[in-house]
Amino acid sequence: MAETAIEMVGVNKWFGDFHVLKDINLSVAEGERVVVCGPSGSGKSTVVRCINRLELHQKGAIRINGAQVTERPEDLGGEVGMVFQQFNLFPHLTVLQNLTLGPMKSRGLSRAEAEARARHYLERVRIPEQADKRPAQLSGGQQQRVAIARSLCMEQKVMLFDEPTSALDPEMISEVLDVMVELAEEGMTMIVVTHEMGFARKVADQMVFMDAGEIVETGPPAEFFEAPKSKRCQTFLSQILSH
Amino acid sequence: MFGARPVNLFLLCAGLMVLSGCSSSATWGWYVINPSTPTGWTNIKFLIGGMGDTILISLIAAALSITIGLLVALPGLSDRWYIRIWNRVYVEFVRSIPLLPMLFWVFYGLPIIFRSMGLNIPIDPFWGAIITLAISDSAFTAEIYRAGIQSIAKGQTEAAQTVGLRYVQTMRYVILPQAIRRILPPLANQFIYIVKMSAFASVIGMQELTRRANELVVTEYRPLEIYSLLILEYLVLVLIISAGVRWLERRMGSDERG
Repeated sequence: MAETAIEMVGVNKWFGDFHVLKDINLSVAEGERVVVCGPSGSGKSTVVRCINRLELHQKGAIRINGAQVTERPEDLGGEVGMVFQQFNLFPHLTVLQNLTLGPMKSRGLSRAEAEARARHYLERVRIPEQADKRPAQLSGGQQQRVAIARSLCMEQKVMLFDEPTSALDPEMISEVLDVMVELAEEGMTMIVVTHEMGFARKVADQMVFMDAGEIVETGPPAEFFEAPKSKRCQTFLSQILSH
Repeated sequence: MFGARPVNLFLLCAGLMVLSGCSSSATWGWYVINPSTPTGWTNIKFLIGGMGDTILISLIAAALSITIGLLVALPGLSDRWYIRIWNRVYVEFVRSIPLLPMLFWVFYGLPIIFRSMGLNIPIDPFWGAIITLAISDSAFTAEIYRAGIQSIAKGQTEAAQTVGLRYVQTMRYVILPQAIRRILPPLANQFIYIVKMSAFASVIGMQELTRRANELVVTEYRPLEIYSLLILEYLVLVLIISAGVRWLERRMGSDERG
């Protein structure tokens, strides 16, 4: 039995009066790939943002590799990687500098070590030739692959993806998904919030369906897609898979 | 039409003064600062001799102001009210004090406080002016920083955190380099403001540009010519600053585009 990488127990969160997460229980084993889906506003992004402390929850416990998370995101020390919908690359730095900043400043790598690592991961996401450009000079798909490489450079055990393809033009989605599939095949622990159901079928070990701040249904993808148990999940799947 | 090329405005002003000087010599008496006469030349040297102090006071005050301003701005960005409040108290209080009363308070009042604390820290006109200008201006600089930092998308901070950067590192490597580009024009405005407000240093005896003009007016009785030259001196300083800032902006702008 693999170790538990991420554990959420009875997690509740409110934005003011709005109860955005209701009793979230989720356990992700090391090496497991979890895909979270659900209608917009269901709280799925908030779940991943709570895991890496970009949002704080008010009730319940979140443990990463057995350790209780604290209030401050920097205490994670970059242990949990994150890929954002809007890429969030640093526009004033080159691609290479985007990748070396974290390893040099928080991991204490030398410039040479950090650059070697950065070039290695740029190779992995298949854009080594873009190292000296600025993010604004790249296409959306390339920017998101740089963002993935930036996260990989921290060599975390867990990576979170918050709708990584939602801001991309359709023709660029597959180049990002291909990279993500490779990562999954190499055994990276991943939690992916996405509407890309083809990707989910291919890589997910566990599907999570959220609606109105609750986890409504979980299960392996075969069951989840063929025979969803809840009415809400059936409706959602029929809506996004109908065309 | 003059906005794009301040040099035009400069030439226009200079031209107007020379013209009016030629046309009605009864009104104007340029002899007082005529460089071809020994007295005129001595007077000009005396007036322009204040340039060094005006520049030095302004530069040091501006450097202090952008440092204090940043230190005041940062707590103002906290999501905790009991940290944020320090920013509000400082900004609201300091910017409510007119420059001249603050100058008097610092120059005549502060040494009394120091003495009562057993400290022997004399405040001369030079440092009195710098402290006053720096503190007075820092409230505005702080607000400029705050707006600039807030204009950087939240996602930048979040991305920095997820690659393990701590607060100071996030500011230093991610937020401030981007914010500085945006706040450079308003910061330059503040610098110009400091240069002009440094004229107040004359009232506590600092022999900068304005003080020297006043002293010369008292002996020469030629306020129109001397104050005209004084205004031109400030105009030249401000135009030089503007040119420097445009140069800086071009450099930084090209950096952003890569």
